[in-house]
Amino acid sequence: MGMTAIEKILARNGDLKEVRPGDVVTVRVETSILFDNNLMDSVWREILEVHDPSKVVVVIDHRAPAAHVLSAKGHKRGREFVRKFGITRFHDIGREQGISHVLVADHGYGLPGTVLLCSDSHTCSAGVFNVAARGVGSPDITYSICKGETWFRVGETVRYDLEGALPPGVFTKDVFLHMAGQYGNHATMNIEFGGPALPGLSMNARRTLTTMGAELSVEFATFEPDDVMLDYVRARTDKPFEAQWPDEDANYLDRRTISLDKMEPLVALPDTVLNNSRRVGEVAGTAVDQAFIGSCANGTLEDFAIAARILDGRRVSSNTRLIVTPGTQNIYREAMRLGYVQTIAEAGAVVTNATCGACGGGSLGVLGPGETCITASTRNFKGRMGDPSARIFMASPATVAASAIAGKIANPLEYFQ
Amino acid sequence: MTADETMVFRGRVWVVGDNINTDLILPIQAYYLTIAEQPKWVFSANRPGWSEQVQKGDILIGGKNFGMGSSRPAARSLKNLGLACVVAESINGLFYRNAVNFAFPALEAPGVSAIFEEGDTAEVLFEEFRVRNTRTGKECRGGAMPAPLLNILKAGGIYRLLEKEGKIAPVAS
Repeated sequence: MGMTAIEKILARNGDLKEVRPGDVVTVRVETSILFDNNLMDSVWREILEVHDPSKVVVVIDHRAPAAHVLSAKGHKRGREFVRKFGITRFHDIGREQGISHVLVADHGYGLPGTVLLCSDSHTCSAGVFNVAARGVGSPDITYSICKGETWFRVGETVRYDLEGALPPGVFTKDVFLHMAGQYGNHATMNIEFGGPALPGLSMNARRTLTTMGAELSVEFATFEPDDVMLDYVRARTDKPFEAQWPDEDANYLDRRTISLDKMEPLVALPDTVLNNSRRVGEVAGTAVDQAFIGSCANGTLEDFAIAARILDGRRVSSNTRLIVTPGTQNIYREAMRLGYVQTIAEAGAVVTNATCGACGGGSLGVLGPGETCITASTRNFKGRMGDPSARIFMASPATVAASAIAGKIANPLEYFQ
Repeated sequence: MTADETMVFRGRVWVVGDNINTDLILPIQAYYLTIAEQPKWVFSANRPGWSEQVQKGDILIGGKNFGMGSSRPAARSLKNLGLACVVAESINGLFYRNAVNFAFPALEAPGVSAIFEEGDTAEVLFEEFRVRNTRTGKECRGGAMPAPLLNILKAGGIYRLLEKEGKIAPVAS
């Protein structure tokens, strides 16, 4: 019996002939990412020994630049840490600033066939590069930095075969909302994407799907390797790697086909995305105080392009504030060069620097009591973006931009005819 | 902070539903506070005032996918609130890692939410993966915690192990 892509990656990095669901495996960690949450007073434990500084990345992203003295103290601690251990891959406030998962994509930090850890739940994002990438806790990341290894409980894998092509105005965020609405949580399971639609899906579009795997409670989300992915990574790193294809006789818990042609704009109702998706028409007209496009899931250059296309020559409703946050400063600069920032700001949106920002309710767009938000970010838990009485609807960047113009939840398809 | 050597817990039960998330356990406002201040914020959004009713040794009975969401140290807040353990239909993978690493006993026992009402007393034999309602006598069995993970839990968590190896500094007292 063959293995799935994730099982093969774990076997390879654990020096095991095979890995099966139910196993607990110890594996080498190629990349450990430390970020500013780990560095806060209530979380940080002082590391005395680093297994291999060349395998560590340090990122300041959740509150960047510092939102208060507490975060400033954490950032300072991060600078001292990289200096002490000679860690060169440090993303401080400035030119190379950004959200860790987006930096992984920009810089080719996710090497196909390897294991990557970060103690942010959306670390599964890097699964798009055929990486066994998992969000862990601060104790786990401390352990992997000290010891160069970690453990995993191996789960069953569900395979999603994508076929066809997305209609204009429909995006992979809508595909995710379809999966979450239809199948609910995937706790203890891995998901593996493949299928004939892959060549037509950009790396950014794919990465939205793996990033959002965290909201399905997956252990790992990954894509079958293909030339689009391998070329993307090779253009960004000289390091050697060996991508892992699933075996033809791999054992899947379930195999599901998604016809992209049949997808349509969806919206998740507040508090959870699990079994909570609706056609945009069913909630259209709901007044919106804040609209947000950003985060590790939707702060890409493509998301800026979508927002700019819809906002071009139009104005954000006077009843709504639209906040747009790039995933990295590199994306910010590209979006400026291409005129997207100008168009979006001209429409009345606020374009912030690269940070997690409003997505985590930490800074740059915190919601007040009773407010309603529509967001193209990662998570819509109660209280996630600010006051617990605020309502958070989740949708694609196109639906969010269209809603910002209307001042209420609106269907984006009219902008794509 | 070492887990009880015997790993047998007997306590009053609190019952919560499916998909309890980390933001309910450790809201963002509490994340900025000290470790000692964080526990009183548990469930402040969905069950205000609850944390003050919890007594040391109480047991939390959860539904499916308990602890879904972020990597924040939510398990530590439940432990520091005084809860002896959580027994849930299923436990989210990331929460489970934090529970092991912070030495907060977390048991997956399908069927557990059906045999308890709030206020009952539960007896949890953690190393036998069993939980019993002392009022009704009803019992259910859970899945085994793999031995390497049980060892981390019983050692008092992963930081304790790293301290012993000299990899991290002890917490200043």
